Amino acid sequence: MSGLMNAVLQYGSAAAALVVVGLGIRLGRKWAPVDSQMDARPMLVGMSVAALVLLAVGGWLGLVWSPQDREMGDVYRIIYVHVPAMWMAMLTLVLNFACCVSYLLKANWKTDALAEASAEVGLLFGGFGLVLGAIWGRPTWGVYWDWDPRLTAMAIMLVTYTAYMALRRFVEDPDKRAVWSSVVGIISFANLPIVWFSVKWWRSLHQVQSTPKTVDPEMALSLRVNAWAFLILLTLFLLHRYRIALATREAEVALPDALPPDAPASRDGNSTEVA
Amino acid sequence: MTQQTRNRVIAVVALLVAGAGLAFVAFGNLGENLVYYWRPSEMLAQGERAYGPTIRLGGQVQPGSIQWNEEHTALHFRVMDSEAPDAASVLVRATETPPQMFRERIGVVVEGTFDQSQVFASNRLMVNHSNEYRAPKTDEDVKKMFEEMQKQDATTAAVGKK
Repeated sequence: MSGLMNAVLQYGSAAAALVVVGLGIRLGRKWAPVDSQMDARPMLVGMSVAALVLLAVGGWLGLVWSPQDREMGDVYRIIYVHVPAMWMAMLTLVLNFACCVSYLLKANWKTDALAEASAEVGLLFGGFGLVLGAIWGRPTWGVYWDWDPRLTAMAIMLVTYTAYMALRRFVEDPDKRAVWSSVVGIISFANLPIVWFSVKWWRSLHQVQSTPKTVDPEMALSLRVNAWAFLILLTLFLLHRYRIALATREAEVALPDALPPDAPASRDGNSTEVA
Repeated sequence: MTQQTRNRVIAVVALLVAGAGLAFVAFGNLGENLVYYWRPSEMLAQGERAYGPTIRLGGQVQPGSIQWNEEHTALHFRVMDSEAPDAASVLVRATETPPQMFRERIGVVVEGTFDQSQVFASNRLMVNHSNEYRAPKTDEDVKKMFEEMQKQDATTAAVGKK
């Protein structure tokens, strides 16, 4: 492939992803609120198509176009989903931390809704990345799992954010739920730098982070395109989940007494029985 | 205290707790208590204390030390600290099929027990992978090979002249 094609792929995927993120933020403001009159269908279709196209291109680059690895052969190709998934998990949990701090400094249901959305989507990507890592570990390391510092820290992180989500379901009072879960979110976040630096601070089975210097240029390009594709996917997931969270909050906060005890909105989960 | 002020106090306290926790892990010298594996020299330095409990040993596979006994499906190899000629090394006996990447000089972590016979009995053999991803044969490899060939030619030529 020519240098021109490489440049087009590298900058084109980045530009597409950044445009989608911009649109996602715009739709989050204008379309996600319950009373929105905006017709977002064309934009949502466009964003979804962008996600599918870029994922397809990324898949082709990763599975077909990129060379094999000298030592791992084709097995290494799982890097093109494992690493982007983990990057997105980290990014989303940073967003969750920002929302948690922001809510405590200035209470706002939108921040609370975004915190809920980001924790859940971050958990999804983190869990996905962890499973992919285990699948990769079996042929390369010889084991699916071992309690090395990186893997252990990551497992703890998934557990703490699962606890965060569970707490949100248990507490019925929206005010208390927002404050308490923000505290849990802030404290859980302390683990994120540990996950990131664990491979540098301690001896581990997991290798340290790769840099463009330790990865062949074709492989780096494929990884970048896939990461941008994942960012588009992440934006869409966050947007839809945020809209749902916002609608739930709206129903709880705006009409607390209008809801009959058995209304469908409050019946999901075990929240009514526990509280 | 208004709810807003209370929330801000909570935020500061939560941030302090998170920061303190992180600082403790980062700078608290946990490294000494949190050792995923011992290198051969470290394990040997423990002397008799290393005999018995299940431990992990990590290092590089010493070139020329791999022996596969098909009859007893036993794999023997030496794990060394580094490539230095006087580096400490330990003989490992493993009874499982090694991962495909297992070879000389590769990083390994083995889990098992060590005893007076000075053989590390491994029941879990793991291979370490570096953070490098390379195509099988880059131009650089070819160039390096060519340079090495030239160097060899030069030395043989020099020897020949003598």
